[in-house]
Amino acid sequence: MMAWKRSIFAVACLLFCATLLLAASIGDGAWQSRVPDKDRLRSNPYDSQSGAIMAGAKLFRQNCSSCHGGEATGTEKKPNLHSDRIRTSTPGELEWLLKNGSMKNGMPSWSRLPEQQRWQIVSYLKSLQ
Amino acid sequence: MYRSAFKMAGALLFLACLLVWPAGAQAQGNYFVTYTHHMEEPGNLEFATKSVSGFPRAGNAFLGNAVELEYGVKTWWSSELYLDSQTTANESSVFTGFRFENRFRPLLKEHWINPVLYAEFEDINGADKALLEVVGHDGVADFLGRNDRSEKKREVELKLILGSNMKGWNFAENIIAEKNIAGDPWEFGYAVAISRPLSLAASPNPCRFCRENFTLGAEMYGGLGDRYRFGLHDTSHYLAPTMAFHMPSGPTFSVSPAAGLNSNSHGLLLRFGVSYEIDQVVSRLRGKR
Repeated sequence: MMAWKRSIFAVACLLFCATLLLAASIGDGAWQSRVPDKDRLRSNPYDSQSGAIMAGAKLFRQNCSSCHGGEATGTEKKPNLHSDRIRTSTPGELEWLLKNGSMKNGMPSWSRLPEQQRWQIVSYLKSLQ
Repeated sequence: MYRSAFKMAGALLFLACLLVWPAGAQAQGNYFVTYTHHMEEPGNLEFATKSVSGFPRAGNAFLGNAVELEYGVKTWWSSELYLDSQTTANESSVFTGFRFENRFRPLLKEHWINPVLYAEFEDINGADKALLEVVGHDGVADFLGRNDRSEKKREVELKLILGSNMKGWNFAENIIAEKNIAGDPWEFGYAVAISRPLSLAASPNPCRFCRENFTLGAEMYGGLGDRYRFGLHDTSHYLAPTMAFHMPSGPTFSVSPAAGLNSNSHGLLLRFGVSYEIDQVVSRLRGKR
């Protein structure tokens, strides 16, 4: 009986270790290459709406500024968002990044924000010069 | 008298700290029992209190408390420490133990359903009334005796957390397995929840009481018996509407009156909580922010 319990415990430990190793090995910095075409081509439903930029700025301050800074200029190891990568990314790519994150690189998923709010943040990001 | 004044001063100091601490991030909790697949942002520390008040007819009313410290270790790994205590009318106020838990998200992209693995060790005693989960044959009868701290419960708890976000709705399902290390059989439970913000888009202007800051939902949880008597017989179940108010860059307040669904359940459990997230706490301590 005790051997049976030890076996279950060992299997559970192995499963957890495997999960940790898997999580540590997946992911890379080139998130743009992983965006599916159908997401890349999506357009922002709030495109060119000034209210969306203001709402996105507010959401950015509430959710993103702790890492990227209040002016989106980056902090410590977190990137400055006034960058060519943001300027050249399509709105669909940015929304995909917000939804999925880039977890290996420390960018969490923001799927807990409704899609509309993610698009508003994209509006704000695209307004950055 | 001095003790109540001390408690009041402590509570006021805690609230003052929450309100004046600069640039807090938005705390996350929408539910009291059900976990979602959302992880703590890495580097952030969330303080939360989860309280539950019950009024068993044949016993004394009680207030169970759990103080929670949750830290985002990685984007896919969150770690939490709970400190439990309780007050029972006409009896006593006691510290009842601690819980240490970790959650791991194995899939690093968002899918239509997202699994999270949860493992917890808890060292609590028989007087614990935090009711952070309902498993096995837990029921109102467990709350009728006087506070008894002599019974030690060193338990391992495993959960499979499943979560989805769809069109602004959040869905979460938890399957729970818990075992007392002393030798009791595995006990099982479940929790399911659904919620949605009142507004999916944010308003352009800063506002405290905008609709997007309110989230309404419901959760249902209960026991599923144990290894030898699996099923709904002699188990308790609850259905609870939930409401959360996320103060922008401030604390989140949540409340949930839970109704017992059978005779083994408490008639009413009133849950309320406050949570506050301090962003990038290690950087702050190093003085880099």
